[in-house]
Amino acid sequence: MSEDVLREVTLALPMVPDMELEASKTAAAIAESIRMSPDRIDEIRHAVIEACINALEYSGAEEVFVTFQVLGDPDPEKLRIMVVDHGIGFSPGDMPKKSKRGHGLKIMRGLMDEMEIHSGPGGTTVVMSKMR
Amino acid sequence: MTETLNVTVDRRDGLAVIYTEGYINNQGGEEIAKVAYKLLDEGYKLLLLNLAGTKIVNSIGISILIEIIEKMLEIDGKLGFCCLTPTIEKTFHIMGLAQYAPIYSDEASAVAQIRA
Repeated sequence: MSEDVLREVTLALPMVPDMELEASKTAAAIAESIRMSPDRIDEIRHAVIEACINALEYSGAEEVFVTFQVLGDPDPEKLRIMVVDHGIGFSPGDMPKKSKRGHGLKIMRGLMDEMEIHSGPGGTTVVMSKMR
Repeated sequence: MTETLNVTVDRRDGLAVIYTEGYINNQGGEEIAKVAYKLLDEGYKLLLLNLAGTKIVNSIGISILIEIIEKMLEIDGKLGFCCLTPTIEKTFHIMGLAQYAPIYSDEASAVAQIRA
């Protein structure tokens, strides 16, 4: 399966309460544009919210960048979402057992088809995708 | 920019139904907890959370709901949920919340089961 980028949109959001809703609305609009089912769109919205609130709560960064890529060739097949902050980073293995962030990661993994996290001193990048 | 959650309560002979409308985030979860704990203080041990008016929850809001469930278990009470969107129901299962509080499709069956 080809993964050509057919369309790409990036949001730069300030770290303020409810900024995650702006990201989720954009995710829904893009997913609707490639005719995803309402349930799959809803799952994407929730996953984007979790990625954004993790950045808001833990990164210490001033803004978060959310990039949406529609992939496919020639027709849209997949939506990939990258949530990037340039904060302090973290190690998923170091999360306390009752950490709220730990639940967020579990939710993202459960709702999306693919999910990866890259984190270090320069910040955190969450990459997740869902087939159309 | 903050989105508020509206919470209303219907008290019915020992059982209280809590209705939510809006986003259940940190503030929304705290608002539900405040209402639930007030109901416990009033002597209600059977609670139903009707989430028909809520389309989005986040993990922090859910963690507060889990605290309410833990409190209900401590006092030997019952708490159930009804009218969830498919994604919210899936999220509750992912977080393990459904293990401790039953989820019902509609309010009438939820009320009957919680009273049983």
